[in-house]
Amino acid sequence: MSNPIVPQSDEDRRRRQRRNSIALGLVLGALVILFYVLTIVKMGPAVFTQRDL
Amino acid sequence: MAFVEHSGTEIASAGGARVEDYIALLKPRVMSLVVFTAIIGLLLAPGGLNPVLGIISILCIAVGAGGSGALNMWYDASIDAIMSRTRNRPIPSGRATRGEALALGLICSGFSVAILGLATNWVAAGLLAFTIFFYAVIYTMWLKRATPQNIVIGGAAGSFPPMIGWAAVTGDIGLPSIVLFAIIFLWTPPHFWALALYKQGDYEAAGIPMLPNVKGEAETRLQILVYSVILVAASFAPLAIHMSGWVYGAIALVTGASFLYLAVRLYLSRETVGMKKVARALFTYSLSYLFVIFLALMTDHVGQALGWVVA
Repeated sequence: MSNPIVPQSDEDRRRRQRRNSIALGLVLGALVILFYVLTIVKMGPAVFTQRDL
Repeated sequence: MAFVEHSGTEIASAGGARVEDYIALLKPRVMSLVVFTAIIGLLLAPGGLNPVLGIISILCIAVGAGGSGALNMWYDASIDAIMSRTRNRPIPSGRATRGEALALGLICSGFSVAILGLATNWVAAGLLAFTIFFYAVIYTMWLKRATPQNIVIGGAAGSFPPMIGWAAVTGDIGLPSIVLFAIIFLWTPPHFWALALYKQGDYEAAGIPMLPNVKGEAETRLQILVYSVILVAASFAPLAIHMSGWVYGAIALVTGASFLYLAVRLYLSRETVGMKKVARALFTYSLSYLFVIFLALMTDHVGQALGWVVA
């Protein structure tokens, strides 16, 4: 594969990495929320019912 | 983060793909059709699924489709660089590396299958895993370069999403989901061969054995017509198995007749310029045809459920 060269200044590279980091953070955050919601839904309405221990 | 590839004289610099390049690697346009057909499969299935789980299922199917798209771009980068239609994809245009596409494809595939299994059931997750495998390995790595029937068999990969949506609700593969599968499966050859007819030079240059450059234009036009007839006949299967009523039947009749009209016109075209024009028209029409047919199935189903339409 002979990709064309993409010249990058340090500033360009940092800006790009920062945007990617933010996007990755958002994806990870979304995954956390997804697993939380999934767990609650799978547990069903009983999760809100208080039981004596 | 991966490195930008270099030709040997330049020093590779860190950085690589941007967020929008990662999104492009997931083939969002293909994903939209996958999502649409999967939603229809999910909504047509009997029984209920918690709406939150339904949304998560569709998300998983979309991300799984995106993952297989990224794996396809990872493997096909060299031929994508040759064809005008694919030259601007992230890897051939130098905006992303093959390693980035491979990593994205594997991560999306793995996560989507695992989460779908946890959210719904392992039949749906298994079907999604098989679909990704079928598209990335059977179609991309093998069939595409091996036989002019590549898109006929490979079309199965694009036909699975409504079946996955159905399985997410029911946990099995019912006859109606097989009918949905069959409609997309039979739609794929006329759709892609119409594209191949007016992009023939591209496929030839890339060394992909598409039907027009292996068997010739006349044979391709004939096969498009044959598949179109079978497709339109199959589009009435939902009526035969009492899955849909007359609203769907009427829409299938009108849209199917238009599909056949274009397929016959293409078959009768002799002069190259005119033929390519009809081929392009059939390609564009086939996209709206599939959309309308699936929307009609849904409309009919909702109409019957609400008592607006008599089956």
